[in-house]
Amino acid sequence: MSTKNLARAAAKANLKVEGKQNLDVADDQVTVGQSFTDAPKMTIRNVNVFYDDKQAIHNVNVDIAKNEVIAMIGPSGCGKSTFLRSLNRMNDTVESCRVEGEICMDGEDLYAPKLDVVELRARVGMVFQKPNPFPKSIYDNVAYGPKIHGLADSRVDLDEIVENSLRKASLWDEVKERLHQSGTGLSGGQQQRLCIARAIAVSPEVILMDEPCSALDPIATAKIEELIEELSENFTIAIVTHSMQQAARVSHRTAYFHLGRLIEVNPTEQVFTLPEHELTEAYITGRFG
Amino acid sequence: MHATNILFLVLGLSLFAFYLGRGRSLALAKPLGGIRHIHSLPSYYGAHVALWCALPSLVLLGLWMIFDDVVIDSIVLQSLPAGVVSGISGDDNLLLNKISNLAAGVLSARDENPALVAAAESMLQLQLISRWALTALMLTLSLTCIAWSWSQISITLRARPAVEKVMEKLLLACACVAIFTTVGIVLSVLFESIQFFRSVPLDDFIFGLEWSPQTAIREDQVGSSGSFGAVPLFVGTLLVSAVAMIVAVPVGLMSAIYLAEYASPSVRSYAKPALEVLAGIPTVVYGFFAALTVAPFLRDLGASFGLTVSSESALAAGGVMGVMIIPFISSLADDVITAVPQSMRDGSLAMGATKSETVRNVIIPAALPGIVGGIMLAVSRAIGETMIVVMAAGMAAKLTANPLDSVTTVTVQIVTLLTGDQEFDSPKTLAAFALGLMLFVVTLMLNIFALHIVKKYREQYE
Repeated sequence: MSTKNLARAAAKANLKVEGKQNLDVADDQVTVGQSFTDAPKMTIRNVNVFYDDKQAIHNVNVDIAKNEVIAMIGPSGCGKSTFLRSLNRMNDTVESCRVEGEICMDGEDLYAPKLDVVELRARVGMVFQKPNPFPKSIYDNVAYGPKIHGLADSRVDLDEIVENSLRKASLWDEVKERLHQSGTGLSGGQQQRLCIARAIAVSPEVILMDEPCSALDPIATAKIEELIEELSENFTIAIVTHSMQQAARVSHRTAYFHLGRLIEVNPTEQVFTLPEHELTEAYITGRFG
Repeated sequence: MHATNILFLVLGLSLFAFYLGRGRSLALAKPLGGIRHIHSLPSYYGAHVALWCALPSLVLLGLWMIFDDVVIDSIVLQSLPAGVVSGISGDDNLLLNKISNLAAGVLSARDENPALVAAAESMLQLQLISRWALTALMLTLSLTCIAWSWSQISITLRARPAVEKVMEKLLLACACVAIFTTVGIVLSVLFESIQFFRSVPLDDFIFGLEWSPQTAIREDQVGSSGSFGAVPLFVGTLLVSAVAMIVAVPVGLMSAIYLAEYASPSVRSYAKPALEVLAGIPTVVYGFFAALTVAPFLRDLGASFGLTVSSESALAAGGVMGVMIIPFISSLADDVITAVPQSMRDGSLAMGATKSETVRNVIIPAALPGIVGGIMLAVSRAIGETMIVVMAAGMAAKLTANPLDSVTTVTVQIVTLLTGDQEFDSPKTLAAFALGLMLFVVTLMLNIFALHIVKKYREQYE
């Protein structure tokens, strides 16, 4: 089955391994590998995303399993961030953006007209590429979400949520003495962990991470990666990354995007040792990207 | 020849010098095989010669115009027989005025002292000599400089750096004009104020509660005891400004938030210029709108509620002034709100905050220093605003905090003190300068404060 797919895709893509490569993909490109799981947290079916008339995502079908870490890799501009942002409807803030298809979480359609975006975003948290703490104190940064969602009835509750979130983000020991100083005064890595603490303070079910380490140094990156591993016990995590090593280190499954199409989804180990699709292989061996 | 004509002559000569210098450099370049073999472009050589032609003679012209009157006057005064000087007046200025009026033909020479008539004639003579001497000197200087700098041109002359240096000095001079003008205005206001404070004690002015700037010409006149307590004026100014800010700050801020956060690009592209049209309306139009439309309306409205509203009220003037300031605040606030990084909005929205929660909890706090800076600038504008309050706030210097009453402001009083024929040495007139000085100090401090805040804000995101 998979070899047949591979042969067909390679033929359609008209790929020449030697010399100048044609990296276009065919319109009816089918995702190879294991896109679907038995007990999915999120199901993505026939999703197309457009910016005005330009199509950024073409017919993506994939499941995200509960408590898994799924990494999305691919060359710049391949649509992986756009795809990630459509999972918690952050694309709503972009005027020209239009999402077609069906994205469900626990069987509930996220794009249903009656769905409350506020509630959805409390269930699907997000961490951005650049650390973006609010210009408030560390405490207020973490307490922001619980406050707007009314998760704490008293100051004591709130203190507890803040402490737990900071502990889970392994930041508590570094900041417990200065909770009321500005969050923007922290180092880049600490800021990013603060943003993770902020995201988990509302106890989301899924956390989306959009290149969370691209603005950080290797030591801070290592800490965040360690954190992702710990968080995967309680949360489902979808992470977009430019670093293939990072994808290999933190994720259970890896999805390879190319020109807005989902080319391959497979267990991470397989993607990096025995990729099914020519394009995936070309990318991970560094022939482009 | 007249100074203006001389100026044109020098400019013409400079143009001539430019082509002369350029031509010579081209002539030098030709046998070498093109302009790449000489140090600078031919136009720099031209500019070099032209500057040598123009600058020394312009400096001479300036100096001459400053000093020729002084020299002529002293020569004329010295030539007068001693008896005449003391006989007419002890004041040299008065005497000189008379002589120059005679010379200009404003006064008739018939019934004047013959010594003065003679002096006037000699003054005319001297002025003529001065003008011709100036013309001759300038022409000589220009031509000499042209000849000299022309002879200096060689393939190694570094004309480009020299011209660049002069350009830099020229720009510096232009910048200095603004600075020296400010300094000059401040000094002139300061000196007049010092003169005012000689007749009215400083603490009477700053802490006095009564403003009635009447000074009598004769001792027995009514109202001969003027009182110059500036407190009612500053209270009036603050009252009108406060009303203006109460109108302008919420409306301006909220329209800025709408424009920056909610409006679609197409709405924004119409609404923003439309709002800024408000800023283009002349203040005098706002003034008669306030005086003829808003004030009577407020008076009638007040009457229907049983309130006594003066037909010139702080409310009318302040309200209209507030409308005038709206675009000022909204465009400044719009700028700082748009400058808040998109990542802040994304961060808040991704937490599940609504748009208005995001605005309230994240964007306004992040933009606050800039917004405060903008408001401070608007306050100093409200304090300095004149036309609306002249037309709509009234003249009575009442010490009141009631916005329905008529009040007067510092700017209104300066206008009334200085319009019409005034004697420039009475405390009544000089009080205007003291008020101006106070106003200047207040707005200056507000501006410095505002700029400080705005600057601090800028450091945060860059």
